[in-house]
Amino acid sequence: MSTLRVNRIGLEPQVYKGGKSTLCAGCGHNAISERIFEAFYEMGVDPSQVIKLSGIGCSSKSPAYFLGTAHGFNSVHGRMPSLATGALLANRKLIAIGVSGDGDTGAIGIGQFVHLMRRNIPMLYIIEDNGCYGLTKGQFSPTADIGSRLKTGAVNDLPPLDLCALAIELGATFVARSFSGDKPQLLSLLKAALAHKGTAMIDVLSPCVTFNDHEGSTKSYAYVKEHDERLEDVTFVPFFEDISVDYEPGTAQEVKMHDGSTMVLRKLGEGYDPTDKINALTHLTEASRRAEYPTGLIYIEPDREDFLDQLNVVEEPLANLGLDRTRPSRAALTEIMDALR
Amino acid sequence: MAPAASAVRGQSLSSGQQRVVNDFSIQVATANGSGSQSANLVLLRSLLLMGIPASGKNMFPSNISGLPTWYTIRASQRGYIARKKEVDVLVAMNPETARDDVAALAPGMVVVYDEPLKLNEVRSDLVFYPVPFDKLVAPVCPDAKLRRLVKNMVYDGILAKLLGIEPALMEQALNKQLGKKAKAVALNSAALKAGWDYAEANLPKQDPFWFEPMNETAGKILIDGNAAAAIGCMMAGVTVVAWYPITPSSTLCESLIGYMKKHRVDQATGKHTFAIVQAEDEIASLGMVLGASWAGARAMTATSGPGVSLMAEFTGLAYYAEVPAVIFDVQRVGPSTGLPTRTAQGDLMTVAFLSHGDTRHVMLLPASVQECDSMAMEAFDLTEQLQTPVFVMLDLDLGMNNWASEPFAYPEGPINRGKRLTPELRQRIGEWGRYEDIDGDGVPYRTVPGDGMPAYFARGSGHNAKAQYSERPGDYLDNVDRLVRKFETARTLVPAPEVVAVPGAAVGFVAFGTSHWAITESRDQLREEAGLDTSYLRLRAYPFTEALGAFVDAHERVYVVEQNRDGQMLQLMKLDLAPARVAKLRSVRHYNGLPLDARFVTDHVMAQEGHIVATSATVRAAAMLGGE
Ligand SMILES: Cc1ncc(C[n+]2csc(CCOP(=O)(O)OP(=O)(O)O)c2C)c(N)n1
Ligand code: SF4
Repeated sequence: MSTLRVNRIGLEPQVYKGGKSTLCAGCGHNAISERIFEAFYEMGVDPSQVIKLSGIGCSSKSPAYFLGTAHGFNSVHGRMPSLATGALLANRKLIAIGVSGDGDTGAIGIGQFVHLMRRNIPMLYIIEDNGCYGLTKGQFSPTADIGSRLKTGAVNDLPPLDLCALAIELGATFVARSFSGDKPQLLSLLKAALAHKGTAMIDVLSPCVTFNDHEGSTKSYAYVKEHDERLEDVTFVPFFEDISVDYEPGTAQEVKMHDGSTMVLRKLGEGYDPTDKINALTHLTEASRRAEYPTGLIYIEPDREDFLDQLNVVEEPLANLGLDRTRPSRAALTEIMDALR
Repeated sequence: MAPAASAVRGQSLSSGQQRVVNDFSIQVATANGSGSQSANLVLLRSLLLMGIPASGKNMFPSNISGLPTWYTIRASQRGYIARKKEVDVLVAMNPETARDDVAALAPGMVVVYDEPLKLNEVRSDLVFYPVPFDKLVAPVCPDAKLRRLVKNMVYDGILAKLLGIEPALMEQALNKQLGKKAKAVALNSAALKAGWDYAEANLPKQDPFWFEPMNETAGKILIDGNAAAAIGCMMAGVTVVAWYPITPSSTLCESLIGYMKKHRVDQATGKHTFAIVQAEDEIASLGMVLGASWAGARAMTATSGPGVSLMAEFTGLAYYAEVPAVIFDVQRVGPSTGLPTRTAQGDLMTVAFLSHGDTRHVMLLPASVQECDSMAMEAFDLTEQLQTPVFVMLDLDLGMNNWASEPFAYPEGPINRGKRLTPELRQRIGEWGRYEDIDGDGVPYRTVPGDGMPAYFARGSGHNAKAQYSERPGDYLDNVDRLVRKFETARTLVPAPEVVAVPGAAVGFVAFGTSHWAITESRDQLREEAGLDTSYLRLRAYPFTEALGAFVDAHERVYVVEQNRDGQMLQLMKLDLAPARVAKLRSVRHYNGLPLDARFVTDHVMAQEGHIVATSATVRAAAMLGGE
């Protein structure tokens, strides 16, 4: 007799599975889907309360490949942020994960990205960053580095957008970068993102094996592995697990999350403080000069109000309010009419 | 001493000239930003308080300050409230346009003007009333900075005296207009009096125009269509609103914000039962609306032409993924930026087929402020019943001008939230598919996130009845053909047209929206001036209902009147009607940015009808000759 494996809310892993991926074998995006599946399962998030949203691109297809029992919306190119914003305005109890690509976010969708970050919409915002447009067969995206080469030999000579630096500038409250090939780091960051109140943005370097994994590309597996500069060792301790993480005093930093979870950031090298905004921006600039990709938690501001708090919206989902709450009384209409006479 | 008013209209003026009572228009010409709007509304309100049917139309420029603005008030004892082309009384306050404005008047008309403009030198066939506005306003308004604004109230006082408006009523209108601002009321009231006193002492009556009390406006409210639509949205229970400012739709959402903050705050917690977001653009506005509707909220946005263009891609998504959305299009003159502060009905074709691929959208066509309110409510029911976007097509004239109206009725009965999967239904049908046509009306059942029912994956890419990704031709056809069925269902649910069938009339009108007011008047003109009886069908929605075909059948010639260059409604009708019916359609199109007036319609119909009479006479003559 085998006992079924279940998570803390009694659900089996199966419930968190999605449809079969139609992406290329070896695509970084598939690895990210798996980490998302693990993070939601291990955190015991109820899939019936989750919404998955995306724009258009190979990356944007991936919400179909995890959490099959959750509602999903694969929308139009670059506009997922507005859709997510609307859904969360309608029902603030929902847990939202948006998946985008570097083209979907950095090119056509940069405007909506900017305003999502400004508003601190409570959601996970994942960018699956391969430096190219996968779905339209490999053209450069705005995150392509100067000098990076396409398979055709074309060389990119425009400076890349650093979406993490941009997000910090815009007032984002949780900004991280990871690599689809770094399972433990990505998983910890995803869990931390789930514990964050406000927008948690993770730029995940996610090589496109078909169009951008060759010699001369700066978003290939080999190149990213080589230039991955981890800022810290991230251990996530969820609020519902009674574990203590031991470290020598001064060798780690603890960040308390909104839901009571803790992130333990073990220092590597000279140490890095992700709560210091200016330091974070300086670090990103310096790292890009060194042609390195700093990964890990880049910046966090755990307690800022989110957009729904700012709008002073009732606690219950607006979508569920009955007419008794949403239609003013007869007397109110009379008052309005009287004022117009 | 002020120069004496020069007399006109030939010799008869001072002797036995005909009084013109409650049937003329006043045009105030100013520069925008000069604060004349309050004075104009006080004037309009005064007439309504006198019980006289009256309407006011603002023709303003697309800038903030300094460009010419004309406000026209029309009083009509017969209740006509469409624009009237001819100006009877001009108040010339704007040096820039004064000479042209005076030149445009018909002989015998009246000019109240700022004395230094010396307009009496321009023509000799008008009645001139010069007024030294600056001299009059200085003593009543010590603060020099306010004089520019307060000056306007002086012309109200002048007109009251000249045209016979009771000062007490104007005082009441002023109080209403300025509300609780006691200081402003006192200041403006002094200006009114200064105008009145000046006219009494210096301007002997030389013109035939008079206002006299009537009893046609009791209980009426004065409101613009945008505010009316906002009230409708609030009463419909809207919870999520996203918008991006654009004239002439901005005041719809701004009014809504005002009303919601007052009437939709939870008593116990002080928290809002709504969320209103000023988005980064119209794409995001509609995106937010779709996200909210998909998640089960009643959501809306309001925009105008340029915004509609930006909303195209998301509208296609909403059509294909079957997501409700209420979109107000307060139409202005296009193409491109066009004339942003002028009115048109020019977005019909764009909206009917907005977005690429085969799409068709539902449009509601309000003609009055009352319908702005009621159709806003209907739009929310329809969009959820049909699970497709519903556009409510106002225009600038309706949305931004003030209209007198019966007060709005409190909505009785429940709202219709459309088909949602329930546990009982699930039991009955077994496995549920998001896009399965269980009832045969093309409208499937939906679930929303968090409702405990099965989830589905919404997408704008090809999908089958179970909402799974599919590129199979059969699945595609099943969906798009079902959407046609759904549009047929829409036909049965949208507001029916209003039909006035005149027995024996060979000629019929088809019109919609604000054109209604000109049509009403034009039909009287045609009957009284040419003995031409006409029937009238006022469209209230697209898709058309069966009544339209029957109306065309019942008439020999049907004039489709609209406010755009290309006869867009006519084009839509051609797509729907059989060739024999199409052959009966004639087109009357008005598209200079000003609201349609009755005379334009009458002249165009007469020209075409006259031609028909002439032709048949020629045919008869030819037939007789043919006997040779
Ligand atoms: C309005 C619009 N323009 C262009 C496209 C074509 N298109 C589809 S995906 C894509 C780029 C996707 O790139 P990215 O977001 O980086 O995702 P990836 O496929 O690389 O994961 C483009 C340009 C589209 N779908 N919609
Ligand atoms: S084309 Fe590139 S991005 Fe798209 S699925 Fe294949 S590997 Fe992934």
